[in-house]
Amino acid sequence: MKKKIVLVISLAIVMLVLASCGNGGGEKVYIYSYGDYFDPDLIGMFEEETGITVVLDTYDTCEEMYPVIKNNSASYDVLCPSDYMIERLIDEDLLSEINFDNVPNIKNIGDKYMEMSKEFDPDNKYSVPHTFGTAGILYNTEMVGDTVIDSWEDLWNEDFSGEIVMQDSIRDTFMVAEKILGYSLNTVDEDELKEATELLKEQKPLVYKYANDSTRDILASESAAMGVIWNGEYLYALELNDKLEFVVPKEGSQLFVDSWVITKTSENKENAEAWINFMCREDIAKQNFEYLTYSCPNVAAQALLDEDVLNNEKVFLTDETIDNCEVLKDLGPEGNELYSKYWKEFKAE
Amino acid sequence: MTSKKALATPFMIWIVAGTIIPIGAIAYYGLTDRNDRFTLENVLAIGNSVHLQALWLSVLLALISTVICFLIAYPLAIIMKNSNFGKRGFMIFLFILPMWMNFLLRTMAWQVLLEKNGVINGMLEAIGLPGQEIINTLSAIVLGMVYDFLPFMILPIYNVISKIDDSIIEAAYDLGASTSEVITQIYLPLSVPGIVSGVNMVFIPSLTTFVISNMLGGGKINLIGNIIEQEFTVSSNWNLGSGLSLVMMLFIVVSMIFLERFDKTGEDSFI
Repeated sequence: MKKKIVLVISLAIVMLVLASCGNGGGEKVYIYSYGDYFDPDLIGMFEEETGITVVLDTYDTCEEMYPVIKNNSASYDVLCPSDYMIERLIDEDLLSEINFDNVPNIKNIGDKYMEMSKEFDPDNKYSVPHTFGTAGILYNTEMVGDTVIDSWEDLWNEDFSGEIVMQDSIRDTFMVAEKILGYSLNTVDEDELKEATELLKEQKPLVYKYANDSTRDILASESAAMGVIWNGEYLYALELNDKLEFVVPKEGSQLFVDSWVITKTSENKENAEAWINFMCREDIAKQNFEYLTYSCPNVAAQALLDEDVLNNEKVFLTDETIDNCEVLKDLGPEGNELYSKYWKEFKAE
Repeated sequence: MTSKKALATPFMIWIVAGTIIPIGAIAYYGLTDRNDRFTLENVLAIGNSVHLQALWLSVLLALISTVICFLIAYPLAIIMKNSNFGKRGFMIFLFILPMWMNFLLRTMAWQVLLEKNGVINGMLEAIGLPGQEIINTLSAIVLGMVYDFLPFMILPIYNVISKIDDSIIEAAYDLGASTSEVITQIYLPLSVPGIVSGVNMVFIPSLTTFVISNMLGGGKINLIGNIIEQEFTVSSNWNLGSGLSLVMMLFIVVSMIFLERFDKTGEDSFI
């Protein structure tokens, strides 16, 4: 008898825990995005305007998000992945087409940017651009002195041994070496990749740290003289240390477009579209840009910005710079495994 | 059908949900490939030179950290035993105090402290000393391990040593033993169970850590923990990550069995 009571109680506890995970009623939208990738105040504004409750989860890298979506282990509605990952998700039939009747604010997104998106979403059916940008070198004008920084090769300059910060992310780190060698950043040629690996190994003793998010702070605190970083970090870095300068190296760089997409399994598709539409509204996009400082593809919002920000070629890249950049492509399982193999080899050095 | 068994139900649910199911999942992923076919490849991948090198480095760093922790903790435990009651409580309190804060935060603090233009170098510079360049090296990782795991060495050793009867020690001195003889022939043999748990509790987390090497190694040093972590977060290869995890589990079980042999009393047993 006692056993039964205990059993019932423990079952009840389990049920309670499970129930609290379930839907609490009311309209909801489940968002899965890069951490800190839009102004958190916007959530409250959206909820107030639409009555839709936002449930937000975040990830650090697309690779972290991918298995979660692939295995359908959580039911998210909206994601904000990068270009090559969107391509992979489309290829594997994990996204649903957006009903643009519910996203009238798509008109605010510049044609130029919709064109860029075609690299990974050929018919502009699945994605709505959120931010775009490129990688370059952020450097401390005082610490580099008279040296002109305009090439990725400057990151191999032995005069700055122990003062160089590189990205710690497979594709972004390889990109630098591939660009120096004149290869595509989407190469899956094993010989080219080997060469790039050798180049990175050569640089390793000069590198102070392989970092992602902390690069900005390391440079701002002058613990290093130069580092690879996204142009979206530049304005904020400048606020922390006005001796910093940013350049997109002459060899060209990587162009990224991070976009909103809706999952195939979405149960709240209209709410997801409402969210995307909300994010495309000019005043919202402007507020978000001011929070994030990553270039926004929303031309209506751009029109609301100060002239000097809009004309800052480091934030809103010139067409020339954009033409010199390449968009990351998904390399398929074999390509990814190849990169992963050489990445580990380089890290083990 | 006894009430004792019934009381174990919540525990059983906990064990099933928290241990058995996850280990089953890891075993499943580790022993299959992407197409769900059985394979031993993920487990045998430990033989890959890059993985072996990372494993070797992890073992080396974990050993160094464990030895340093022991060298700090053991004398301290004896000192604590011999100090008076109020002082002893205060010393234990001091060692437990940092554990009230999350260890991620404390490791992150080291990152800021050790940075080239960080707090420590700022202070050294102010008094005219040359700065340290520990951050992003193996030393920084060892420092982080020792700092994070030292309390786990001190507490079990102190626990055992404090129970050693003072009269045994006095008897040893009365019979003419020197201090070093007392330590090697009385303290050490009697405190083996504490040492074994201390070593286990420092060696195993040091061996498998990836957070400390991520934060203090500057992405330049890959330990086996980092490799496994990256298979999950970067390479999206859950199968290989799980396969390597299985090898690590085996490794840990073997090292625990090895350590248990020293502990003849059978107290503080983990397995």
